[in-house]
Amino acid sequence: MNQSASACALRFAAVSKAFADTGPALRDIDLALPVGGITALVGPDGAGKTTLLRLAAGLLLPDRGRIESFGLDSVTAGGQLHSLIGYMPQRFGLYEDLSVQENLQLYADLYGIAQAERQSRFADLMRMTNLAKFGERLAGRLSGGMKQKLGLACTLLNRPRLLLLDEPSVGVDPLSRRELWQIIATLVAEFGTTVLLSTAYMDEAERCQRVVLLDRGEILQQDAPAAFHALASDCSFLLSSPRTSNRALQQRLAAHADVVDSVVQSGAVRTVVRPGSRPDWSKLFPGAETVVSRPVAPRLEDAFILLLTRRRSSLADAETVCFNPHGAGAKLDGSRTPVIEVDQVDRWFGRFQAVKKLSFQVGRGEIFGLLGANGAGKTTTFRMLCGLLPASNGTLQVAGLDLRRAASQARARLGYMSQKFSLYGQLSVRQNLEFFSQAYGLHQGRRRERIDWAVGQFGLQAFLEHNSADLPLGYKQRLALACALMHEPEILFLDEPTSGIDPLARREFWARINQLAAQGVTILVTTHFMEEAEYCDRLLIMREGDILAAGTPAEIKQRSQAGGAEPVTTMEDAFIRLVEAGGEVGG
Amino acid sequence: MWWRIYALLAKEFLNLLRDKKSRFVLIVPPLVQLFVLSYAATFDLNQMPIAIYNEDSGQAARDLIARFTGAPAFREELRITRQEQIAAALDSKRVLLVLHIGRNFSRDLLGGHQSASLQVLLDGRDSNTAQIAQGYLRSVLSRFNNDWAAGRGQAGPPAELVVRAWFNPNLESRWFIVPGIVGLLTLVVTMTVSALSVAREREQGTFDQLLVTPFTPTEILLGKAIPGLIIGVLEASLSIFFAVFWFQVPLLGSLPALYLGIVLYVFSVIGVGLMISSLSLTQQQGLLGGFLVIVPGVILSGYATPIENMPELVQHFTLINPLRYFLVIIRGVFLQGLQAADLLDQYWPLALIGLFCLSCAGWLFRKRLY
Amino acid sequence: MSGFGLRLRGLMRKEFLQVWRDPSSLAIAFAMPVFLLLLFGYGVSLDAKQVPIGLVIEQTSPAAREFAGGFVQSDYFAPRYFANLHEAEAALLARQINGIVHLQSDFARRLQANAPAPIQVILNGVDANTARLVSGYVQGVWDKWLGAHAEGNGRTANRPVQMEARIWFNSALRSRNFLVPGLIAVIMTLIGALLTALVVAREWERGTMEALISTPVTVREVLLGKLLPYYLLGMGGMLLSIGMAVFLFQVPLAGSLWVLLLAGTLFLLAALGMGLLISIAAKNQFVAGQIAIIVTFLPAFILSGFIFNIDSMPPAVQLITHLVAARYFVAILQTVFLAGDVWEVILPNALALLVMAAAFLALALWRAPRRLE
Repeated sequence: MNQSASACALRFAAVSKAFADTGPALRDIDLALPVGGITALVGPDGAGKTTLLRLAAGLLLPDRGRIESFGLDSVTAGGQLHSLIGYMPQRFGLYEDLSVQENLQLYADLYGIAQAERQSRFADLMRMTNLAKFGERLAGRLSGGMKQKLGLACTLLNRPRLLLLDEPSVGVDPLSRRELWQIIATLVAEFGTTVLLSTAYMDEAERCQRVVLLDRGEILQQDAPAAFHALASDCSFLLSSPRTSNRALQQRLAAHADVVDSVVQSGAVRTVVRPGSRPDWSKLFPGAETVVSRPVAPRLEDAFILLLTRRRSSLADAETVCFNPHGAGAKLDGSRTPVIEVDQVDRWFGRFQAVKKLSFQVGRGEIFGLLGANGAGKTTTFRMLCGLLPASNGTLQVAGLDLRRAASQARARLGYMSQKFSLYGQLSVRQNLEFFSQAYGLHQGRRRERIDWAVGQFGLQAFLEHNSADLPLGYKQRLALACALMHEPEILFLDEPTSGIDPLARREFWARINQLAAQGVTILVTTHFMEEAEYCDRLLIMREGDILAAGTPAEIKQRSQAGGAEPVTTMEDAFIRLVEAGGEVGG
Repeated sequence: MWWRIYALLAKEFLNLLRDKKSRFVLIVPPLVQLFVLSYAATFDLNQMPIAIYNEDSGQAARDLIARFTGAPAFREELRITRQEQIAAALDSKRVLLVLHIGRNFSRDLLGGHQSASLQVLLDGRDSNTAQIAQGYLRSVLSRFNNDWAAGRGQAGPPAELVVRAWFNPNLESRWFIVPGIVGLLTLVVTMTVSALSVAREREQGTFDQLLVTPFTPTEILLGKAIPGLIIGVLEASLSIFFAVFWFQVPLLGSLPALYLGIVLYVFSVIGVGLMISSLSLTQQQGLLGGFLVIVPGVILSGYATPIENMPELVQHFTLINPLRYFLVIIRGVFLQGLQAADLLDQYWPLALIGLFCLSCAGWLFRKRLY
Repeated sequence: MSGFGLRLRGLMRKEFLQVWRDPSSLAIAFAMPVFLLLLFGYGVSLDAKQVPIGLVIEQTSPAAREFAGGFVQSDYFAPRYFANLHEAEAALLARQINGIVHLQSDFARRLQANAPAPIQVILNGVDANTARLVSGYVQGVWDKWLGAHAEGNGRTANRPVQMEARIWFNSALRSRNFLVPGLIAVIMTLIGALLTALVVAREWERGTMEALISTPVTVREVLLGKLLPYYLLGMGGMLLSIGMAVFLFQVPLAGSLWVLLLAGTLFLLAALGMGLLISIAAKNQFVAGQIAIIVTFLPAFILSGFIFNIDSMPPAVQLITHLVAARYFVAILQTVFLAGDVWEVILPNALALLVMAAAFLALALWRAPRRLE
């Protein structure tokens, strides 16, 4: 008994935890992490991932049950525990007005690391994180990815035996994300560190030795990724049709009773069906249409969705999105008249040029993705397009108008949703909807109609009188989209709309976006999430204010292929390959 | 345009009033300040502890002492019997002053050849209180002298002071302090509300959201200024209500003249507040900026210390202080019964300050936005 | 115990760097104190000097001229002559003068006839405090004139009792001498309570507290790591204030510096304890700032005896002042500066400060969260 307990890096035995204001967070959790290896904690928003990590770090005490780490009880061990465990909170505990070096010094002092040993550890960590040349920079001035790496470095100073990471890769670009994972892998290999991390990215969980799926405070399943795959075996297919666009196909599939999940990927629609069901695809298109179906290997994400949908009656009510923009008649007209035109645009901040001679066009009804590492200039470009920032040179036109100079009526034609939840948190859901419908000049009757529409479409009924700041993350994002759509805009600007949102909510969100695009709404979106790039019609990858690559997802993958021998299958690989190849591909 | 502004106003008020913290800031501190300041901030002397050192055994000395201890301003704390005790009583701050009646007091007084002497030893650490106490002592004494002379059929002094104070016959500090508090509270609340308004939206990211809607900068500015105006005027009305009905300060002049002053005053304060707000990126900066303006604004307004006593250079500075003008208006209307026509020279500087600051705020607004 | 030393050093260094790099902390710690000192040292004075006063003398006579001369010579007045009462009253209403001294045409005649000659004094009561001071000054001039008048006529004074006032400790009655020492308490409250409350609340808001308590640092070390830097900062502010008071504003320092520093230490500990307690309760900069201003800054200004005399306040308010740490410190400051090391004042007040400091610090330590709930 004792033997096995000390062999565990972390052990939860029948642990429950409830909060006074929000009720039970975790129920009867049993968990045992063997020493070494990486365990991923996944689950939808509000599943209790952060609470579990905080309990493990000794920052919270369990209501019932026991938590042990290397045989030490979390309630009684106190300080001893803190020197064994490294914990990185979601909002990295960095002092933004201290430099990189000073932050490291501080944590070295706090962990009581001897002066002699310090320099070698600093050097190691700086090398690992590639932060050496930023030693003097204030932590507040680092990009999101660098902050995370510094946060990790500070946590690692003590060489913890158990490392707890809360969503380490939220808001981090693919490149930094990969570096982060390399650091973690090195730790496990060299020092035998045990790692427990929570993540919203299923591809990250896929790389771990173990996956723990948490939902509503309970563990649904914990196993190796392969065991999860087995759950979804024979359920995943790639479908395509020579005559129908992938997006239209995906919409039909989503409505199918046996289809659990369908997303556009790699030039086809990746579909997951209910286990045991054998849907007859030809029934989807009664005419001469043929659907090509090819079975593919299951992914962790498929299992994740299968397991969760089993617990919920339906995945989402997104199938019913119905929206009538002004240009309802002007559906995809093939000609794709440009709605957004950017011509030779520069933007300087002092002596720093954030955007360099940028030119591109977006046609009506297109979903256009703006990608790039942190600091590539995509946020600047985005803000210039919305009229929040003037261009230093060049012209920007949205629906034929420069938003910086255009009358306020011009702004009535666009909707905007920012990466940070930016509605009035103190106002209730209803009051937010009312305010934005008034802001866009909707009159009494119309207003009521649109609010009813939004409440129905986005399932906000239960939350109408709640303060919007208290909504679960997924609902906040629904409300933000609802507010941006109140006035049926022709153009929708989305700035990292799905950052930190779980796969279920992300699915739902994109189903809505797809339908809007199908009805002729032009959508400009920035994202760090490379799988989402696949959903776009066309992409623009930026690097240091310049265009690195542009084109359809397939074209971009093909272009990146030119660089190396290994085949490029995912957008993420393509992105990393392109960014690393640097200017060669740029044009 | 107006119903869009109405939407902004509704949003602003909901945002302020739905939040427990903001409600707290709007209601609790002003009320606490109103009562604490009104009761505590007074220069009137009331039951000040004094010590008596009487070396004389005559009735006249006892009568004189009774005059002092009977005055509401003083209270006998200590009876001293030896010279050495004086220092101890004053040093330890047990008493504010020591009245010393010498051995020869009765002899001199009854002899009538020379004035009897009353020695007063005052603690000068708080110079203001010491000066005021001297004034009180003098008037008690002069009444005693008159009564004494009259009682013996002696001629009084050849010339008598007949002091009359206009507007505040009993010179009650409270009449002077409480209307001032109205100005002070209005300043604090209006400044906090407006200094935080833009900064809060900027910090929470809602400002960008607002800017991509069809609102024009003027509409946004009005949407920020009008709630401040309404809150400021309500706050002023509440404190005026307490001043009149609780603290019984006479309100003699015209209410419209007062309200014209309040509106102009609040308008100018909002201008300053919004200027601070458009310069601040976070609420903390807004709060601190407001604090940095309020403190000198109150000190250099004539609220507690007269502007005439300040050095010339500082007096010039007070010309840009809205509270300075408002104090003249509110005290004038309350105590002097002034009408709008009497106050024109106070109104226009307020309007000017307000217009200037608000245009600056509007300009900064555009400047910082983009 | 080198681990303890290391951790404390790390925390303190971090704190100083943060104060140094945050403009708003710098504003509270340095700009605000200097600004307040200059404002009170130069800008504000409670003493009425050169009060503009109107003289209306309806008929000149040697006695009237003599009486008016008293005003011209007095430091307290800047007299202006008016031809008639009506004009003077207009000037009074227009706030050009603060009072009117009116000698009627029969002044000399009645004086001669030994019939009491009235001297009419009209004050603008709107500013009651100034009016009261002016009334006292007028009485002083009148008193002096009476003596001189009687002497000139070879008679004894007509005043049965004459008052002889002696002022101790601040004989020139300069209000600066009592405002500036008292201000030190306000300044130290600013640094000790307001700044401390803000910085600790900031750690909660930015999530750095979560990272801190997941390291081997103990609660005691975190509190000490806050206490020591702001203690040093507060004492720095105090030394700066004392320096400015003595060398710039020429406030005499009668007592000893070490007594001041010791009392300052006790007061600062109480203020720091309060600041920590506020931030632990609020965990939010905005609320912490508001509470700190209401429960520490305003009382230090109003309820400490810094400007308004506590003994004149209503009994209920006087009771409240006993909870204000600044009250005890202001008493010590004014005494040590102007009167010297008077132990009867220093010891009881210091004891009160000690009790408050101990209570607040103990409370802060007790309430300080060891975990996240």
